[in-house]
Amino acid sequence: MKNKEAPGMSLIVKSVTRLTAGLILIYGIYIVFRGHIGPGGGFAGGVIIALSLVHLMLAFGKDVVLKRLDEARGIIISSLGALAFLILGIVGFLGFKAPFLKERFEHFSAGLIPIYDVVIGVLVSSGLFITFLALVLLTGKREKK
Amino acid sequence: MKLLIFFSLIPLFTAFLIVLLGRLRNQAVLLVTAMSVYLMKIVNASGVVIYKISGWSIPLGVCLVADGLTVFMLCIVNLVALLVIIYSCQYMRGFTDKWKFYSLFMLMLAGMNGIIISGDLFNLYIFLEVASIAAYALVAFGIEPEDLEASFKYAIMGAIASVFILLGIALLYSYTSTLNMADIALIVSGNPGSVLVSFVSVLFLAGFGLKAALVPFHAWLPDAHSSAPSPVSAMLSGVFVKTLGLYALSRVFFNLFSISSGKVFFALMFFGVLSMVVGALLAMAQTDIKRMLAYSTISQVGYIAFAFGVGTPLAIAGGLFHILNHAASKSLLFLNAGAIEHATGTRDINKLGGLNQKIPLVGFTSLFGSMSISGVPPFGGFWSKLMIITAAVQAGHIVFSIVAILVSVLTLVYYLKFQSFVFFGKLRSGMKEDLKSLHFGMKFSMVVLAVICLLTGMVFLPQLKLALDSAVNALLVGNGYGAAVIIQ
Repeated sequence: MKNKEAPGMSLIVKSVTRLTAGLILIYGIYIVFRGHIGPGGGFAGGVIIALSLVHLMLAFGKDVVLKRLDEARGIIISSLGALAFLILGIVGFLGFKAPFLKERFEHFSAGLIPIYDVVIGVLVSSGLFITFLALVLLTGKREKK
Repeated sequence: MKLLIFFSLIPLFTAFLIVLLGRLRNQAVLLVTAMSVYLMKIVNASGVVIYKISGWSIPLGVCLVADGLTVFMLCIVNLVALLVIIYSCQYMRGFTDKWKFYSLFMLMLAGMNGIIISGDLFNLYIFLEVASIAAYALVAFGIEPEDLEASFKYAIMGAIASVFILLGIALLYSYTSTLNMADIALIVSGNPGSVLVSFVSVLFLAGFGLKAALVPFHAWLPDAHSSAPSPVSAMLSGVFVKTLGLYALSRVFFNLFSISSGKVFFALMFFGVLSMVVGALLAMAQTDIKRMLAYSTISQVGYIAFAFGVGTPLAIAGGLFHILNHAASKSLLFLNAGAIEHATGTRDINKLGGLNQKIPLVGFTSLFGSMSISGVPPFGGFWSKLMIITAAVQAGHIVFSIVAILVSVLTLVYYLKFQSFVFFGKLRSGMKEDLKSLHFGMKFSMVVLAVICLLTGMVFLPQLKLALDSAVNALLVGNGYGAAVIIQ
């Protein structure tokens, strides 16, 4: 067993994760993008995206994921998502004299709702991931003492 | 009326922008404060102002409503928030991760403004959660073990309160099939005397009562307020408890259910008097300044709840006026406590003394705050307590009025104890040289709040009277609130 010394779970779990994590991520993105015409949407899709990252973290250990997305970046991405949502809400009424959150763009289907979904997906996925990260990292600190 | 949405938009926007930029100062609060003063003018001229989010007509979509009471509360909340932000710019220098503090602070402000302007019951609940969760995090900001314990306690109690409120909203929704507050008011007034409405009002009394720290539900407050950083305690005690607890309670009882007497109001009155007595007695025994102030908050919230429970126009006016006076004086006293801690490094009354020789400004301003809160004539607190007690006597609650007067004396006693132990007498040997100096921002906030304490009492300013009258009228119209909103 080559991977016995490496952090994370056994070879079987790692191999399966390598296959499935990408699929879960793509499925999450799919759910985000079809939220306006079917079941799903930003929140559900965002949760699935975050779960794919959590899945990677469980199988390969936390350093593999933290190299790509750490806490600071997660906070920045989630607040960017929130800001983008607010800006989308404001654009409607600053430029076109309509009420807050009113859609004024004729997107190919369902107006602004797909864009809202994407923004919420970004916010929820990064937010959920940093929540998980906070829980994991805090217990790590306590164990060291 | 587009202005209304900005009250929660600007703080929300700033909260997330601070996360990105980190170094941004909080001019946004100034903007929101200026807006609330401007809104005061509009509402006085034209009555109720409505904003329909996304353009939906009223029972269908979410709407924002500004009437007299809304504007009154908005002015208090945003003024105190502005002064606290100015204070904390310098006070928070010793802490790490300041951007987290400011971001959470703005989220809390967004939540409070949202509660006040919301015209939709579920929306009110969401903003209540936003404000509460930000407050839990702010209480734990110092990350000492006792801070975390206080925050955890507060979070558990707050969650229980939220469950009560959510259950009440759910039952009310099943009864009326709408969440719009105006619509609920109309439907409930069409079917008076329903058992479900009484049950829901008991649930709300428990839920909002827990948020307002009325006595059987007060256990979280002293811990949370004494372990939070001082600017946060000033916010929590000065406006947070009143917005989440008393404003929401009075809005629901007076405008939605349009009840102004009966068993629920007797319960409110009883718990109010209980809070007054228990809060004052416990405050006398404290040696930590901030714990004493926290128990004093319980006692003063009791006065306001008692006033709402009496329910006559004069009593409501007294209660609302006491909200203003208490917001000014208690925020001032918490800022003073923060300044004392900043200068001397301790909050223990027994270890302090003679501070008037070293930091006379803190001594003067805290004297103003103490006198206002314990009801000494030239200050605002005297007039509001006088109004409450007069109204209670007129309504025939003689025993409760006598208790209220006695508690007022007790309040004076423990504030005089605080004054004499901390600011008068001999300077302690450890305090002779090494006192840290106070910065301009801290002094400025304390002086402005002290001036407000004095102004509310010295003269019945016509603007103040106008604002108070329109706030009282907003509550007294009862379910006329529903009709006024639906028409527009």
